Amino acid sequence: MNRRELLKLTPVVALGAFALPPFQKPLLKAGLSFSDWASAKLFRTGHLAPTFNNSDLTALDKFPINNYDIDDPGVDFEKWTLTVSGALQKPGDYRLAKIQTLPRVRQNTRHVCVEGWDVIGRFGGARLSDFLQMIGADTTARFIVVECADDYYESLDMATALHPQTLLCYEMYDRPLTREHGAPLRLQIPTKIGYKQAKYLTDLKVTHVLEKVGYWEDQGYSEFYGV
Amino acid sequence: MATRTLTIDNKETGASTQAVYEHPFIVRLCHWLNAASLFVLVGSGLQIFRAFPSFGAKIPQKNLIDWPSSLALGGWLGGALQWHLTFMWIYTATGVVYVGYQVFSGNYKQALFMRRDLAGVWPMVRHYFLFGPKPPTRDVYNPLQKHAYTAAIGLGVLSILSGLAIWKPVQFSWLAWLMGGFHLARLWHFLIMWALLAFVFGHLVMVVLHGWNNFMSMLTGWKKDPDYRSE
Repeated sequence: MNRRELLKLTPVVALGAFALPPFQKPLLKAGLSFSDWASAKLFRTGHLAPTFNNSDLTALDKFPINNYDIDDPGVDFEKWTLTVSGALQKPGDYRLAKIQTLPRVRQNTRHVCVEGWDVIGRFGGARLSDFLQMIGADTTARFIVVECADDYYESLDMATALHPQTLLCYEMYDRPLTREHGAPLRLQIPTKIGYKQAKYLTDLKVTHVLEKVGYWEDQGYSEFYGV
Repeated sequence: MATRTLTIDNKETGASTQAVYEHPFIVRLCHWLNAASLFVLVGSGLQIFRAFPSFGAKIPQKNLIDWPSSLALGGWLGGALQWHLTFMWIYTATGVVYVGYQVFSGNYKQALFMRRDLAGVWPMVRHYFLFGPKPPTRDVYNPLQKHAYTAAIGLGVLSILSGLAIWKPVQFSWLAWLMGGFHLARLWHFLIMWALLAFVFGHLVMVVLHGWNNFMSMLTGWKKDPDYRSE
């Protein structure tokens, strides 16, 4: 075999590297990053997720409750505030009543879990973009980071945060959120996979850099995972 | 299309063997890259399926099969997704290069099932499955082979489209709609996998039956002693 013929086999050799333990992890990480890059490119600001009729809704008691540890972190609703910080003009503690002064949006959208199941739910809340305006957020910042009462954490790219269907959700099926669905406030993002839709929010930060991505992402799941 | 042929003369016996260049380099490369990526995608796909081995509701969940983790790739859902979301690009790129090459080089005539192949299907079926006489062969592939290879390419395209509908049911909502929604797209993706595996099984059986020279042609491009006469 001459050198030219060997060169032609480069793709086969590259594929073989996936079978070698020292190369496998970085290669798969690069592959996932490429997928995330493509995901971000495919995200269209103006494209709305399909919405559904009330007759298409999954019954509330058939709406799965997925947590990574507990159903109810025991949030004290009387004392609860959303602590806001980072690249914004009006940091501080925001009560639920304050968030509820923003226009309420109700939408029937599909919730897709990374496990493969999907349900159609009815969600109500304030647009995250309206809230970002309320707090004077610097929307040239790249990320929104949230922390939760159960130590879960998540992050969101700014384009998705500004999407009109991205909600700070305080209602499901026209009733206040129940504890196991994330009361008093959760994220609801029809353009993202389920694990991005953090429950029991306590802190929200607007930031240019991410220190950590999210509870599941930091264990190897896709960072962008737009659907 | 003109085929490249070689005649190898054996000086001792005086016999001569013919060899035909059946598979251009790009086709062979794509074949093996595709075989490897299909293997990885099926393995990791089965691991992903284990996270929700059902096509019904989540509540109550009725599992279709309890697929063992040992027959899957990735170890856990996150690991399997890394394999799947990496190799889906290699699989797709290979498919695009293959189809592009076939179309632009004209090489597709060797494998594409066309109308004139219709008449030859029944005699081949009779030969393969009903002990019928072997129909005379003139081409690299007989009509039934062309049918199988063409169907496999179609399944490959469908596997990518149904996969896209699962990966991005919102950005490609029209695609999910075409598949009958996210839920059904997942079922299609699963069924298409089994159809591809059925093709692979039949393909491997035929490779074994047709022997070494046939197998080597997908490595070197050349087939020694073809059972058809090259024009």
